[in-house]
Parts: sequence; C-alpha cells; structure tokens
Amino acid sequence: MSTATLAPAPHTATIQPARVGLAATVSQSFTMAYRGLLKVRHTPEQLIDVTFQPIIFTLMFTYLFGGAVSGSVGAYLPLIIPGILAQTVITASVVTGVQLREDMDKGVFDRFRSLPIARIAPLAGALLADTVRYLVATTITFLTGLVMGWRPGGGFGGVVLAGLLVIVCAWALSWIFAYIGVIARSATFVQGVSFMVLFPLTFLSNAFVEVDTLPGWMQAFVEVNPVSHLVSAVRSLANEGLVTADVGWTLLSAAVVVVIFAPIAVRSYLRKA
Amino acid sequence: MNTNAIEAQGLVKIFGDNRAVDGVDLTVRTGTVYGVLGPNGAGKTTTIRMLATLLRPDGGEARIFGHDIAREGAAVRSLIGVTGQYASVDETLSATENLVVFGRLLGLSARAARAKSAELLEEFSLTDAARRPLRNYSGGMRRRLDLAASLIARPPLIFLDEPTTGLDPRTRNQMWDTIRRLVADGSTVLLTTQYLDEADQLADRIAVIDRGTVVAEGTADELKATVGAQSLQVGLADADDLGTALSLVQQVFGAAGAVAPEGLRVTVPVPHAEAVADLLVRFRDAGVPIDSVSLDKPTLDEVFLNLTGHAASDDAPAAGSPENTRNDTEKVTA
Repeated sequence: MSTATLAPAPHTATIQPARVGLAATVSQSFTMAYRGLLKVRHTPEQLIDVTFQPIIFTLMFTYLFGGAVSGSVGAYLPLIIPGILAQTVITASVVTGVQLREDMDKGVFDRFRSLPIARIAPLAGALLADTVRYLVATTITFLTGLVMGWRPGGGFGGVVLAGLLVIVCAWALSWIFAYIGVIARSATFVQGVSFMVLFPLTFLSNAFVEVDTLPGWMQAFVEVNPVSHLVSAVRSLANEGLVTADVGWTLLSAAVVVVIFAPIAVRSYLRKA
Repeated sequence: MNTNAIEAQGLVKIFGDNRAVDGVDLTVRTGTVYGVLGPNGAGKTTTIRMLATLLRPDGGEARIFGHDIAREGAAVRSLIGVTGQYASVDETLSATENLVVFGRLLGLSARAARAKSAELLEEFSLTDAARRPLRNYSGGMRRRLDLAASLIARPPLIFLDEPTTGLDPRTRNQMWDTIRRLVADGSTVLLTTQYLDEADQLADRIAVIDRGTVVAEGTADELKATVGAQSLQVGLADADDLGTALSLVQQVFGAAGAVAPEGLRVTVPVPHAEAVADLLVRFRDAGVPIDSVSLDKPTLDEVFLNLTGHAASDDAPAAGSPENTRNDTEKVTA
C-alpha cells in the first residue's frame, strides 16, 4: 500500500462548516439518486410494477369496461388511457415509502448518517430517483395506448405535457408515502397503509368512468378528488392539446401536498436519522 | 497534540427500561488504539453509535477532537469514519459503485472518486471482486470493503465495531495488519471486541465494559495483571471438597478462586508458576481428590469473572447472532 492512501489529513484541515451548503446538498442528493438508479440496474425486477402493470391494466380495463362505458374499446381509449396513467404512476409512488423504510433498516444507512453530508440528501435522492420510475410507467402506458389504437389529438407536445403533469403529481404524492415510510415500523406496514390511502383516491375518481353515472353522494367526492382533476387535465392535454383550469387545480393540489408533507417527512426523517 | 481524540463523561443511553449504557467515561489519546472489550449486550455498539452521532445520548457528554457530539454533529462527522458490526455498505451494488457513491457524497469529483475507489480496492485486495455485487462476497471481503469505505475521507478517528467477529483466523490477521497500518500512519482507532486476545494485540489501552458501565480500564498488561498472566483450573472429583479447595487456593495464591456454575471447577489467576506446584501438593496433603488440572491464558471470561463476578456470556441476549442483536436494537430505537 502507499502511505498516502491511509495517512489521515491533519484533522484541522478536514473540518467542514457545521451546515452543508445548498450546492453541496443538491449534489449529494443527486449522488443518492444515482445510487438509487444503480440499485435499479442491479435489480431490474424493481421495475416490474412500472413496466408490466401499465400494460396489463391498460389491456384489462380497456377490454373489460370499454364496451360498457363507451360503447366500444376504441371510443374508451381517450377516456381510459389518462385514467390508467394517473392510477399507475400514483401507485408507483407508494414504492418510495416502502423502499425508504427497507433502506433505513439496513446497515448502509448508518454510514450515510455518519458521513458529513446534508442529512436530507438520502431522502431527497430517493424521491429524485423515483421520478425515473414514473417516467418509465408514463412512457409504457402511452405506448400501450398507442399500440391499442389510441390517437391523441393533443399531438406529441400535449402528450409530453400530460406525462410531465402526472410525474409531478406522483412526485408530490411520494412525499406522503415517504412520510409514512419514515414513521412506520416495517415495509409491510407502509405498503398496507399506503394502499388504503391510494385505492379510494384513484378509484373514486373519474379515472375509469363518466362521473354522471355515479350516485350523487359519490359524485360529490369524485368532483373534489384531486385525482379527478389530474385525470381531466391529462385528458384535455393529451386528447385535445388544451391547458384547462384542471391543470391549475392539479398543480395547486400537488403544491398543497408538498407544502404539508415535505416538512413533516423531513422533520421525522431528521429526528430518526 | 494535546487534544484528545475522544473525551466522554457519563454517557447514558436508555432503551425502554434497559440502561444499555449507564455512565461510560472514556478518554482516548490521539494516535492510539483504544479497545472497548465486553460481551454481547454490554453496550459497546450503543456507545460507538452515540460517539458517531448515530444515537442521541440520554445523559452525559462527549467531545471528538474537542467538538461536542450533541451540538457540533456535522463537525464530528467530518472527523470520523465508522465501520459497523453489520457491514454498512450497499448489498445490491458492486464494491466500486459503493466506494464511488461514498466518495461522491464526500465531495470528490467523479474522476477522483473512481481513482480513490481503485486505490482502496487495491489496498484491501478487492480488485478482483470489484465489479461483483456484494451479496456474493464472503464475510471477510465485506468487512474489508466496509473498512475501505470508512477511509475514503481519511478521517483522523476511526470507529471499528467488532471488526473481526465472525472472521476466520487468516482474515482476522489481515484485518489486524490493516488496523496497525492505520495507526502507524497517524489515525486514532476505537475498536470494540469480544476477544481479549484482539484487544491485547492491537490496543494501547482497554476499557472493559459490562452492563453499560466501565468496570476496568488500563493497558493490556494492567488488565491481565488482575487475572494473572495465566489461570489455573482445577476440576474437583467431589463437590463436597469445594470449601476446602477454596480456602487452600486463598492460602497459597492469596486470591479468591472463582467457581464454575456446576460447582466442580475452581479458576484462579496464577501469580507465578511455582505456586501451582505448591497448591497441588497442598491438595494432596489435605486429601482433596482432583479430576483435572489445566493452565490457561486468561480469557475474556476470566477477566469478567474477576472483575464482575459473573461470566461474560451470562447476560448475552439469547446468544444473539449479529442479525438478531441488530434487529433488537432497531426495535427499541424505532
């Protein structure tokens, strides 16, 4: 070995400012995101929920409900593709919490906590890396739709904007699941609780059916459900290339979720870390 | 340098109603190896985790190179490297990827992180396995990588939590050599161990801890002097002779013998070898039949019997495997 390898720097020289600067925090978060992507590369089975699920769900729901809801599969596609997209990508955001919990239980987290890095970086990195998962889910859902004959009137631009909107929303929601992940005792618990939140939110919306077919009391909920706004916004963007008020409502809901859950997730995380 | 690497006073950590660490004082001089010796569940890991800012102490205070662990956590973290009892590296990643990620987090450029990683893998003889995911690594390889990861930033103080537990003798010797080199290069090392032998080989000073408190502190020689360089074990043929045997031991050796749980074996530190012959003669004269006699190097058990009056393994939680113990701590901290 070379002496240089192990010789410690004089300790006064290695002292860093007590607080990590913003630039360093961002760079450390990206490194943690890079770590997340490396993990995906070594265990690609992690992507199964964002690759096969969109294909299976799209095929299944379209052929199952197409005739009943819209009279034909082709007519149902503009309605169902945005719905499936919202549901799939939001479901994918649950994994953030589950994986965060698993990660925090492992020895490697002790090392992250003992490094002189911004304590928020592992959390921020995890959320950042997950946007790649949302991107995969979004792309595959759109491709499946196109293969099945969906021809979005909004053109390429409308579809890309619609995809971005969904990814932003999933990222916002992942703060909720990150919070549950941080405070939960086990990954199984995170999974259970998250799906309890998720199922009513995604199914009690306009994602799969026309709202006016629902009983009145349910319509009331569906109308205020942010997922409905998201689905409507995606439909107008992708099918017509129109930016509607629903885009605003959706982004507002996403912002509200982040404003509430990001601070409490971060605080609980720092308290544990 | 007159700053001590570690100064801890009255550290306390309570999990529920278990005082895992109950008033630990430690002073570690810069440039030395300090051994913390104790059985499973004695509070070694908890102490390290508090000093490394991974756990908040419930009482007491500690300074790392003069920086308070509670108030100056970030400064402390920039001065330490921690190698846990449970490899603190990413299982799914390769050795290179692990080191590059840690290097990048510590502010190295991508190129510098790669170079550092290659250098450390070479140093720890892991180059051949550099690209393999860690789940295929042996325990020894994992520990070496873990230690390598702690050295990226060249921290002046390194915590090693049971660095050789579960390693085969050859790998253990390699690890010892590495630790010696670290210290020769000026690092300060605090290591915990269950093995007296290891503390003896490596540490300049040793603290023996039991049930969360330091029961003895000193150099290896000082500690061994408390149990004698060797210890004599006498197996009695008849438990009824125990009283006589103990009083003979007291007369000849001037020290109280410790009785093994089954009441047939007396263990006593040997002040000098001739005393053994004297004792055996006294046994024969007194008509105390003997089943077996053995002379042993002092073990952790003897240090413990001597210092605490109970065996080292008495309070080990269900002879917990590392995984079990870790899970237990996790549950209480969660």
